[in-house]
Amino acid sequence: MIEVEGVERRYDGLAVLSEVTLSLPRGGLTAIIGPNGAGKSTLLSVMGRLQKPDAGRVTLEGMDLAQASGRLVARKLALLRQDNHTAARLTVRDLVAFGRYPHSRGNPGPEDHAQVARALAILGLEPLADRFLDQLSGGQRQRAHIAMVLAQDTECILLDEPLNNLDISHAVRIITLVREAAQALGKTVVVVLHDINMAAAHCDRIVVMKGGRILRHGPPAELMQAEFLSAVYETPISVHELAGRLVAVY
Amino acid sequence: MAPEIRKRQIARRLALLTLLAVLAAAAFLLLNARGSWDFLLPFRGRKLAALAVVAVAIALSTVVFQTVTQNRILTPAIMGFDALYVLIQTGLVFGLGAGRVSALDARLVFGLELGAMVLFALLLFRWMFGPAARNLHLLMLVGIVLGTLFRSISGFLQRIIDPDSFTVLQDRLFASFNAVDPGLLTLSALIVAGLALVLWRLVPELDVLALGREAAIGLGVPQERLVLGLLVIVTMLVALSTALVGPVTFLGLLVANLAYLLMPTARHAVLLPAAALIALITLIGGQTLLERVLHYDTALAVVVEFAGGLVFILLVIRGVAR
Ligand SMILES: Nc1ncnc2c1ncn2[C@@H]1O[C@H](COP(=O)(O)OP(=O)(O)OP(=O)(O)O)[C@@H](O)[C@H]1O
Ligand SMILES: [Mg+2]
Repeated sequence: MIEVEGVERRYDGLAVLSEVTLSLPRGGLTAIIGPNGAGKSTLLSVMGRLQKPDAGRVTLEGMDLAQASGRLVARKLALLRQDNHTAARLTVRDLVAFGRYPHSRGNPGPEDHAQVARALAILGLEPLADRFLDQLSGGQRQRAHIAMVLAQDTECILLDEPLNNLDISHAVRIITLVREAAQALGKTVVVVLHDINMAAAHCDRIVVMKGGRILRHGPPAELMQAEFLSAVYETPISVHELAGRLVAVY
Repeated sequence: MAPEIRKRQIARRLALLTLLAVLAAAAFLLLNARGSWDFLLPFRGRKLAALAVVAVAIALSTVVFQTVTQNRILTPAIMGFDALYVLIQTGLVFGLGAGRVSALDARLVFGLELGAMVLFALLLFRWMFGPAARNLHLLMLVGIVLGTLFRSISGFLQRIIDPDSFTVLQDRLFASFNAVDPGLLTLSALIVAGLALVLWRLVPELDVLALGREAAIGLGVPQERLVLGLLVIVTMLVALSTALVGPVTFLGLLVANLAYLLMPTARHAVLLPAAALIALITLIGGQTLLERVLHYDTALAVVVEFAGGLVFILLVIRGVAR
């Protein structure tokens, strides 16, 4: 589904991504974890063609992102960025409706309205739908942006720290939601997470990044090792089995 | 507030603005008529058309420019258009002498000014949106520096031309709606109408661009191409209005911000017409007030610039600069 081949990204000559190669099959929930500055957001924005790689390429269903039409890609791939600030004065409903732009080009039909209503309902935003974004709390705003991504209704969804600012209940709801989307609807979902336990409990695959490289990737059981995680985060971490799960304690 | 109420409020306000614009135009045409209508109506009609063309061009270009740059206290004039206009005029009078400049075909001068300003702006934009730098502050700085440079050169030239030429020049430098060539006016009106139509068709894309560069790319808008295209349109609109009547720097700022204030929406389908209507009301209403009621012969531009300048300072103080 998504192939990242030998991607390099440099800022002022400083390598932020080096030789990143990753192959994500259709369907499944992949978590990217790693310390601050590891290059997770950069990788996600290269995968979502917000940034062009300095070397290497990314393909989506075989088409090269650098060449594909923006509209076409937007119907197959949606991206939530780590920080979403919008200068425009929009209501939640307006924002979520923008997710339909790739499909409707500003001329929404019944299907578009239905998708917007569905996304609002899923994220529990109905009571807030007519509020302006600057009248929301941080977590509510984050949910509005997630709803916009869902309304885009794409095969592939990239979420950069979607659980930022969310309370436990909403965090669990969203991670469960994307897991179901990956399992039941066959969507390809990538989430950047800082909560290793959340990643281990819900994701099919974990990619561990540090210093612009992918250190290891594989199923959670393989990567939840105290020594490895301690080295990655340069912090003592122990891993225990608890209620049938592997839990990292730090 | 429920969306239906908001929609109705927007529709009401648009209707009110339209009514005011029509009233302003009627007042401008009909008030204080002395002498024969056969002479007066075409004369006033031409002036009204000039006001209208400039109002629409300035309003549309400012709103689009602010959307593209994601900034509400910038106007395209920051690029130093007015200074370049002054420089061209000064250079002409200096190089050819006042007599020959006045005798020049207005169309030629118009074309020259338009061409120079579009070329200048495109070079600046290309550089700004090129791979090297996408930094708005840098662009503003460069615009200000170039503007100062142009002004200095103009100032130097003005000091060394003879006083007679200087008087002619000074007259040419004030924004004036009186002395617009009818042929140029028709041409400008057609161009502005064409560009407005293009913008109207790009309204959904403008809405998406207002979300920011990344969000726009994410939603599949061909961001780079679109921004460059929009800036070309903005440049043509500004250059056209400047070449037609001279520089009106702050009008755009005034009307765009009034439009944002009055219209509780980010949709360009509302903002663009609202800003255009407000500009029409301001320019035509202002001119009517000055000419017909107060019997001032002051250039309206001075008053508009004063009001616009005040709004600018207010915006800066209130820190709307996001
Ligand atoms: N615009 C930029 N200019 C220069 N360096 C940048 C820029 N953006 C990111 N970087 C650098 O690139 C590296 C990777 O950044 P990135 O945002 O991908 O990290 P991350 O893994 O998402 O971190 P976090 O967990 O804090 O979100 C960091 O060292 C950062 O300082
Ligand atoms: Mg990040």
